[in-house]
Amino acid sequence: MKYVIIGNSAAGIGCVEGIRQTDKDSEIIIISDEPYHTYSRPLISYLLCGKTNEQAMKYRGDSFYTENNVTLLAPERAASIDVSGKTVLLESGKTIPYDKLLIGTGSSPLIPPMNGLDTVTNKFTFMSLDDAKALERVLEADRRVLIIGAGLIGLKCAEGIMDRVKSIEAVDLAPRVLSSILDDTGAGIIQRHLEKKGLIFHLNQRVDMFDKNRAILKDGAHIQFDILILAVGVRPSVGLVKDAGGEIGRAIKINAQMETSLSDVYAAGDCTESLDVSSRENKVMALLPNAYMQGECAGVNMAGGSKAFDNAIPLNAIGFLGSHVLTAGTYAGEVHTEYSGKIYKKFFCADNRLSGFILIDCVEKAGIYTNLVRTRTPLDTLDTELLFRRPGLIAFMGVERKAMLGGVR
Amino acid sequence: MKRVYVNEKWCLGCHLCEYYCAFTQTDKTDMAYALRGRKIFPMISVEDSGAVHFAVNCRHCAEPLCVKGCITGALSIQDGVVRLDQERCIGCFTCILSCPYGAISPAEDGHAVQKCELCLSTNEGVPQCVKNCPNAAIVFEDRG
Repeated sequence: MKYVIIGNSAAGIGCVEGIRQTDKDSEIIIISDEPYHTYSRPLISYLLCGKTNEQAMKYRGDSFYTENNVTLLAPERAASIDVSGKTVLLESGKTIPYDKLLIGTGSSPLIPPMNGLDTVTNKFTFMSLDDAKALERVLEADRRVLIIGAGLIGLKCAEGIMDRVKSIEAVDLAPRVLSSILDDTGAGIIQRHLEKKGLIFHLNQRVDMFDKNRAILKDGAHIQFDILILAVGVRPSVGLVKDAGGEIGRAIKINAQMETSLSDVYAAGDCTESLDVSSRENKVMALLPNAYMQGECAGVNMAGGSKAFDNAIPLNAIGFLGSHVLTAGTYAGEVHTEYSGKIYKKFFCADNRLSGFILIDCVEKAGIYTNLVRTRTPLDTLDTELLFRRPGLIAFMGVERKAMLGGVR
Repeated sequence: MKRVYVNEKWCLGCHLCEYYCAFTQTDKTDMAYALRGRKIFPMISVEDSGAVHFAVNCRHCAEPLCVKGCITGALSIQDGVVRLDQERCIGCFTCILSCPYGAISPAEDGHAVQKCELCLSTNEGVPQCVKNCPNAAIVFEDRG
């Protein structure tokens, strides 16, 4: 058996570990367009603020490829896949045959057309180690930074460079920060926290035009900047599967076994859309834990095993300069909130299930809530009043708890 | 593999396991001296409600969501034990958000997490919470 994996991040590494659960020997080839050992993509902001380094940010140890009998072809870029001939054609001209193929191509920065963007010299995206290295080269204490996008990528970038530049301003179309994962109240808490640290936000705004070092907003305001960071969003990298005739929605469509519509071609990670069990909708859940678990599931199935990953949910754990935001699931249904000034909790319940939640600065045992969302646990089997006040297994029925904790001999 | 199990009926809710766990993390030889007046950060926690008490720590799951979800690779399975490399942990708390048991917590400095590693570093062959439970409510057994 010959396995080929396109992509060297969480999905690809998960796939290797999934394959090796059953097939210890067959060759695995990873094709990556980045010239690096597998690294943790979310750590690039920590690299810029000095909280990690290139060695520590490796997603797996130095011996990962040799231990797992993996050949890493990098930097090499896949140009196309031939599904009937079962080969991957590389841009370098090489042809790589496969028996089972995983597409773990992730996503790329979305750069919407903006007037005058070509007049800006120092402009960056923020998704890869190379992006971070390029940005690193221009960071100076007197530089003014403008970030387009006050979402996860933009704000993590801001955190990473905050102490290394003169000022940071962020513009977003949405009326609040982190609009994809927070409600108005939660976003307000994080916005005020970041404003206290010196960030300046221009929300409900967009840039009408760039003119070299100046951005002109739709309300006419001008922002002078030295460094521009484009963090508007990401676009799933679906080209290989699309060109081969595979089924694409908002991203590559996969089933619970991570199979695409193409024979012997699997996909995992940010390039896919799959079922979110908290909303029962197909979504692009571009999140590292899901990428790993999808990759692992694909790997097991590629090696002839049988595994389904059928309880994916959106899940975010993210810190901003000492504040911690944890979210999961879908924000729909009856709402229970608690806001004490220091901590913020918001739970969404529908059909006797916890559909989702937002927690700010109260991280303790939060996984107990996540588990309820993921497993669709009926809430009438629990002491929900106790549970929403403080997460604990104490809110479960004794018999259920006994089963969870391994019982008593 | 041997894991820590708790007999809820025998748990007195004395929280001694938490103190012994915290004590094990210090380099002191006297528990009172080591912990007096300090907020403790144990890797086992006792839940109480009325007459019900039980301790919870890492279950060392065969399919650990914390390890699979770890964004840095700081969590791994080694010989069946879920281990944490605190140097590689950046304290994003994805694992705290993932653990169905609430068994991972922020470390004292808040910049990383901490979790039970079955007292492997003590080389005593038995976790301190088990050894020091006054009512044998916490046991270390291989239940498959």
